Amino acid sequence: MNKNQFLEELRRRISGLPQEDIDERLAFYSEMIDDRMEDGLTEEEAVASLGTVDSVVDQIMSEIPLTKIVKERVRPKRQMKAWEVVLLVLGAPVWIPLIIAACAVVLAVYIVIWAVVISVYAVDLSAAAGAAGGLAGIFIYLKAGNPAGSLFSAGAAIAFAGLAILLFFVCKWITKAVLKLTGRIFLGIKTSFAGKEAQHYEQQ
Amino acid sequence: MDVQLKRGLLDICVLAAIKNEDSYGYKIIKDMKPYLELSESTLYTILKRLEAAKLLTVRSMEHEGRLRKYYHITEAGMGRIEEFREEWKEILSIYSFITREDAGHE
Repeated sequence: MNKNQFLEELRRRISGLPQEDIDERLAFYSEMIDDRMEDGLTEEEAVASLGTVDSVVDQIMSEIPLTKIVKERVRPKRQMKAWEVVLLVLGAPVWIPLIIAACAVVLAVYIVIWAVVISVYAVDLSAAAGAAGGLAGIFIYLKAGNPAGSLFSAGAAIAFAGLAILLFFVCKWITKAVLKLTGRIFLGIKTSFAGKEAQHYEQQ
Repeated sequence: MDVQLKRGLLDICVLAAIKNEDSYGYKIIKDMKPYLELSESTLYTILKRLEAAKLLTVRSMEHEGRLRKYYHITEAGMGRIEEFREEWKEILSIYSFITREDAGHE
């Protein structure tokens, strides 16, 4: 990939940012490539040393607040015509509930995911409670003069304790996975907002 | 190194890189390389932040028929480095507490 290809691809992918930001960033990367070439690298090497366009876009997106991207995206690039405004206002009873519904669905899915996590924790906690109960049972049965019951209680306590410890690691793993997923989704939202032409380009 | 710790140090390092003479993006990265690796987009963000905080100023100068941005440290920027040195003295005394020998115990 040469310098122009890299910069063009980058421009396409961050086209959703404010124009001023795009120009400044492109000038910055352009200067970086020129300086590396002056330092003895070939054009291809200089471009390659910046990393792939994907990784550069990912880094840029993770450093820009989501609000800035959305604000730029929502602001129309041209003045809206009168009939468009009228349509927008008349259509409000339709599109506002639709947007609210869409947000609600996304939120609901997210809550469901966390509900699963919480329920696994609840199972783990009840297993731990079972272990404690079994432990108490040992003494209660002994006091009642029932050694067989006491032995059974001890076995149950050990089984529950084992289950609780195992499930604890499962819980930790699931929680980590969900948190990671959240991060990816967030970055994904930003990227899709910032480069509407990105997907279009990939389809070609 | 711990990410949070590194993030805090990066700003100071970039200021230190332009402390003695004005510098440009690629040179800053090259000068810092032996000590701290940082990517172009990270540097961009840091430079923007430092400029907004008026710790450095930027000017474009012609170099080999193209424009290159040079970064110049301000008085406030120098002050920030001085603050860091003071903070570091405290950190060093905490460090010596953390790593002290257990001689005084018995």
